[in-house]
Amino acid sequence: MSIRKIAASIGAVIVLGVLLMAIFAPLLVPHDPFAQDLNLRLVPPSFMEGGRSDHFLGTDQLGRDYFSRLIYGSRISMLIGLATVITSGLIGVTLGMLGGFIGGRVDMVVMFIITCRLSIPLILVALAVVSLIGSSLTVVVMTLGLLLWERFAVVTRTTVMQVRTLDYVAAAWAAGCSRTHILLREVLPNIVHHLVVVATLEMAIAILLEAALSFLGLGVPPPLPSWGLMISEAKDYMFFSPWVIMVPGVSLFVLVLGINFLGDGLRDMLGATRDA
Amino acid sequence: MLAFLLRRLLLAVLVTLTVLTVSFALTRLSGDLAIAIAGPQATQLDIEIIRKAYGLDRPVIVQFFDWVWSAARGDLGRSYLYHEPVANLIRARLPVTMTLGLTGLLIALSTAIPIGIFAAMREGTVIDRAVMMVAVIGQAMPSFWLGLVLIITFGLQLGWLPISGVDSWDGYVLPGIVLAFSAIPALMRLTRSGMVDALASDYIRTARAKGLSRWSIVMKHALRNAAMPVVAVAAVQLGFMLSGSIVIESVFALHGVGYLGWESISKNDFPVVQAVVLFLAVIYILLTLLSDLLNAFLDPRLRTT
Amino acid sequence: MSALLEVSGLRVRFNEKAEAVRGVSITVNKGETHCLVGESGCGKSVSALAVMGLLAKGGIRTADALSFAGQDLRGLTEGQMSRLRGDKMAMIFQEPMTSLNPAYTIGSQMAEVLVRHRGGSKRAALDRAAALLGRVGITAPGLRLGQFPHQLSGGLRQRVMIAMALMCDPDLLIADEPTTALDVTVQAQILRLLMELQAELGLAILLITHDLGIVARMAHRVSVMYAGKVVESASAEALFAAPTHPYTRGLLDCVPIPGKIARGAPLGSIPGTVPRISLGFQGCGFRDRCGHADASCAQDVPAQSFAEGHDYACRLPAGWATERAA
Repeated sequence: MSIRKIAASIGAVIVLGVLLMAIFAPLLVPHDPFAQDLNLRLVPPSFMEGGRSDHFLGTDQLGRDYFSRLIYGSRISMLIGLATVITSGLIGVTLGMLGGFIGGRVDMVVMFIITCRLSIPLILVALAVVSLIGSSLTVVVMTLGLLLWERFAVVTRTTVMQVRTLDYVAAAWAAGCSRTHILLREVLPNIVHHLVVVATLEMAIAILLEAALSFLGLGVPPPLPSWGLMISEAKDYMFFSPWVIMVPGVSLFVLVLGINFLGDGLRDMLGATRDA
Repeated sequence: MLAFLLRRLLLAVLVTLTVLTVSFALTRLSGDLAIAIAGPQATQLDIEIIRKAYGLDRPVIVQFFDWVWSAARGDLGRSYLYHEPVANLIRARLPVTMTLGLTGLLIALSTAIPIGIFAAMREGTVIDRAVMMVAVIGQAMPSFWLGLVLIITFGLQLGWLPISGVDSWDGYVLPGIVLAFSAIPALMRLTRSGMVDALASDYIRTARAKGLSRWSIVMKHALRNAAMPVVAVAAVQLGFMLSGSIVIESVFALHGVGYLGWESISKNDFPVVQAVVLFLAVIYILLTLLSDLLNAFLDPRLRTT
Repeated sequence: MSALLEVSGLRVRFNEKAEAVRGVSITVNKGETHCLVGESGCGKSVSALAVMGLLAKGGIRTADALSFAGQDLRGLTEGQMSRLRGDKMAMIFQEPMTSLNPAYTIGSQMAEVLVRHRGGSKRAALDRAAALLGRVGITAPGLRLGQFPHQLSGGLRQRVMIAMALMCDPDLLIADEPTTALDVTVQAQILRLLMELQAELGLAILLITHDLGIVARMAHRVSVMYAGKVVESASAEALFAAPTHPYTRGLLDCVPIPGKIARGAPLGSIPGTVPRISLGFQGCGFRDRCGHADASCAQDVPAQSFAEGHDYACRLPAGWATERAA
């Protein structure tokens, strides 16, 4: 097996694992992830010196079980990732299809919108929106969804333009099929593999962005155990207890790496491109 | 060429206008700005006073054109918090952000290009795949977390570099590395694929048939063609890096433009938020313009037609 | 005439399964034009690239003998080969549109050859480049030196390639289908230029082509290649007068050559296509398309001589074609 296939399989296992972890979180957690125990603050993981066997990954600065919070945090990451991909996918694919299929003036407008979106400083605007509307999971999902569609749009537009000129589409025109029929039945199925690959990339970006927003204090509000928020809350203690940022940080890294490996594997398998 | 330039300029102006509108609309999202500025303890009277003082009692459309008109003349308004013109605030913090961005870009280019060339010359081998895999791994690293890890490792445990602030040049090293991390994978892939295409081209076969040295073939003939898109993309990447510097500036406590933006967001200092969004957008727009010009300049096929 | 390039038993393969060149022997004498003819895919370009040491990545070359101007090329390192290439042996290619580097001026691309092999200033090299551009029939050479490839037509670019190949006054020029990508009128000009240059400079040319019309105009000697092997080799007159290998005969029947084929006579064709030769292939590569094949063609093919300097690789006796006609 080639190194790429191994990586893709590892990626698939990681993503599936985190997904299962998110779905079955309530059954998996050893403790209530929100329950504080001020007598047991910053307990190291059980495999480190001073660790306790009942707190596998230790506790945070409020004495909450880190392992339980980590498991619940996977729900936030997966939710953010999936919901953002769906929202941004809908927006991006619609725009890209309009531009790529109709062309001409419509395409110019679509390109203009994409250019404008790229000019807007992503993190700053996301922070501002969350700050102004008030932070909640829904607001973060909507904000990221409304901001992260441009790669979907670019890839859809380019691939639709390629597919549009192919023989079977010409045949459908000749057979008198309607525009909508051609777009949904002939074009879309033939670009969907590209979109799947973009979706993995966007999911990874969305998860990283949510973590960054939460880290800056303007993402998912406490006491929700977002991995980014966990790092943010722990960073004051990291000099004496480095593991408090390592646990959520490594989790984020592994999840995003898994998604990227999976995306690369899908690209090889489906012969798609992920570069806009 | 001239027509192309004019079209690009017109586009840049249109995009700027759109971003102006968006960044204005952004601060009106919360509904009543006056309430937000006044804070939770304010009385109805306080709010009314603030509304008058900041001109928020005028129709939104008037406020908008007033702001656009001022911005066009370089007046970005006054900070509610610092009671100072926003332009001054940005100007004072610009050197930090620019130094950080350029340091990051320098690190990114000096890492990505040699590695990209190296991988391309060993295209299809295990080394090539491994190098590309490292790029994917780098991409998965959350930048703020990487920053913290570097602080713990190099700042605290090894004590080599300062962990925050930029009192001397070495304060830029760690943040520069973290910022570079985000740009390296894209630049590396681009260098590699450009070099792979170039090395397989007919003109490289000609260069070999001419008996040129391997160095000249790779570094002169292939790289010159592969570098064109890399240089163009590097300019755009710098734009992303500057707007992404907000996270890194807050991790390393660098008081740059990004930090200013973050601070003003958390303190409801709307004129500053508007201005920073606009400012970063304009920088990005200018950099994409620069990127197109660089491309046209570097590619003789575009330059001489 | 003395031999400049001697190749014998040249073999090239790119992977474990197929062999592109299976034991080719060619001798190019000083000052003569040797044409290597064959259909696309027969291995003629690969043979030339192998001689120059320019095989694409993964290409493996072996040879019983491979010498240029008395020097054995087989043991040379890439560095040593690069000292010969562009200096004593030069090559031009089929695709003038893409063979020049789009990022550098004509002058800089020409000058670097001389500077690399002979040293000296770039200025002196540019002077020689201008003189050579003039020699290959390019007007306003001074202006062309400062231009980029995309500003030149295909015909001009091929002239530039030829001038560039002549920078170091080579003894051998390998021309790989130099006119295939060009318009017919330009083709004729380029061929005439090559003939003039040869007469003037005493250049040996190994001309690779699939066009028998070009062979008839240009060649002193001809080697006909099929499926990675030379099947017949003779002087141009001898080959056109008495083609002996069935493939050569078939090839000649396909093309109208003025004065050699009667007006109104039907043109022939060869059924089938060039086979992909797997490693360890036995017998004659042409047997599936040959009208004279029998069971013995699956065995080793004998090398026979029709006359002095006229060799062919076929089991049929030397006089078979003329006997039949008589």
